[in-house]
Amino acid sequence: MAETSVAHAHEMHEHDHSDEARLWEGGKEPFKASYGKLMMWYFLVSDAFTFAGFLIAYGALRFSMPTWPEPDFVFASFPFVKAHWPLIFVTFMTFVLIFSSVTMVRAVQEGHRENQRGVVFWMLMTILGGATFLGSQAYEWTTLIVKENMTISQNPFGRHIADGVYLNPDGSEAKRADGAPLEFHKGESYLLHIHDGKAEGLAFHDTSQPGEKMIEHEGTKIKYTTGAYAGQIREAEMGPKAFGALFFFITGFHGFHVFSGVLFLAIIMINAAGGLYAARRNGYEMVEKMGLYWHFVDLVWVFVFLVFYLL
Amino acid sequence: MAGHQTYEEQKALVFRGLLLLGAITIVEVFIALLAKGHLIHSVRFTEGFGHYLYMLLMIGFSLYKAYFIIFFFMHMAYEVRGLAISVLLPTALLVWAIIAFFQEGSSWGARREQIKEKDEELVKPAPANQPQGYLLPGISTRNQG
Repeated sequence: MAETSVAHAHEMHEHDHSDEARLWEGGKEPFKASYGKLMMWYFLVSDAFTFAGFLIAYGALRFSMPTWPEPDFVFASFPFVKAHWPLIFVTFMTFVLIFSSVTMVRAVQEGHRENQRGVVFWMLMTILGGATFLGSQAYEWTTLIVKENMTISQNPFGRHIADGVYLNPDGSEAKRADGAPLEFHKGESYLLHIHDGKAEGLAFHDTSQPGEKMIEHEGTKIKYTTGAYAGQIREAEMGPKAFGALFFFITGFHGFHVFSGVLFLAIIMINAAGGLYAARRNGYEMVEKMGLYWHFVDLVWVFVFLVFYLL
Repeated sequence: MAGHQTYEEQKALVFRGLLLLGAITIVEVFIALLAKGHLIHSVRFTEGFGHYLYMLLMIGFSLYKAYFIIFFFMHMAYEVRGLAISVLLPTALLVWAIIAFFQEGSSWGARREQIKEKDEELVKPAPANQPQGYLLPGISTRNQG
């Protein structure tokens, strides 16, 4: 009797143990999703909080400043184009990411049909999209750093806090070609040209007439004509310092996600081409998990685009 | 995943997604350029009610894009309800984070303005025969004498 019960208990124990092991190996899937897919979702949740923290910090600092750079003035460069095209290049970057997200959906769909050639082709398209985005970002950063002298501790994009008039280096009021005074209004943007750490001129839009014509002005002094500062002569100041650091850290962190995404896409594409996932017969689940990550990168860009370029 | 959809239906969804996200982005940028006065020189919504409306519109469009990406590209619409709740519900915490930190940010701004005003305030020197505050013995005799 005792022997049987011990044997029984032992058997029970063994049974329990194997059952438990099976459960830990995904014997019964929570939420009907595999371990890998579920953990990818939860990783993305934590990553979303990291990005949210960054973007909320941007908002809090922006709220704490009397002025903030105007995105359509700061982000107006386009490769091979001299004129100012506000927001057009970042719109192009957004489209590149949307396209690469769409090609990724196609790769996942072909994976579910166990179509190896389809998976490899659409993943290659996705990688090309990701690489194009990274190249575009490299252009954007280069323009800001090399041409416009913005760094993580310096922001030459300022905005006027009251109406006034620009002054020449000799202190006289600057005039237009037609003799009218060169005025500015509250809220208008300017870019300080910096050489060897010293401001040596200003660039700003000619707001007296339509179009995006830029005026290059030699002096950096301004005279206010309205508001509490009326009559005061000042040096045109740099914009809020935090803008540079926030821009490079947040778009850099997103760009780093795109970069690592491209690397992992390449690895998974090579594995898929080698037949690794075809042998697993699980509908190319690895491609599906990679798809979740890639769509998340696009999702984050939706909010980076909103916060940095639209608002 | 979407086992209940045919392959043709899935491909149609992809095409619809591309058109939808692309169209929303174009509309967003068009409205942004219009609101900031780049399209019609005399029209701009950079202050007051028009500006609030513009920001609400942009946030609304972005949230819709996010919804579409999560539910259809990432297939959240076809996952078990529990999974969707466990992923989406925690993001509700961000609502409070946004309110609290933006409030905090405005407060930093107000403090900074206050300090600047105090810095620029002209201090009237007290008349020599009416010394104010606590004075050390040596100094007080010199001032009174």
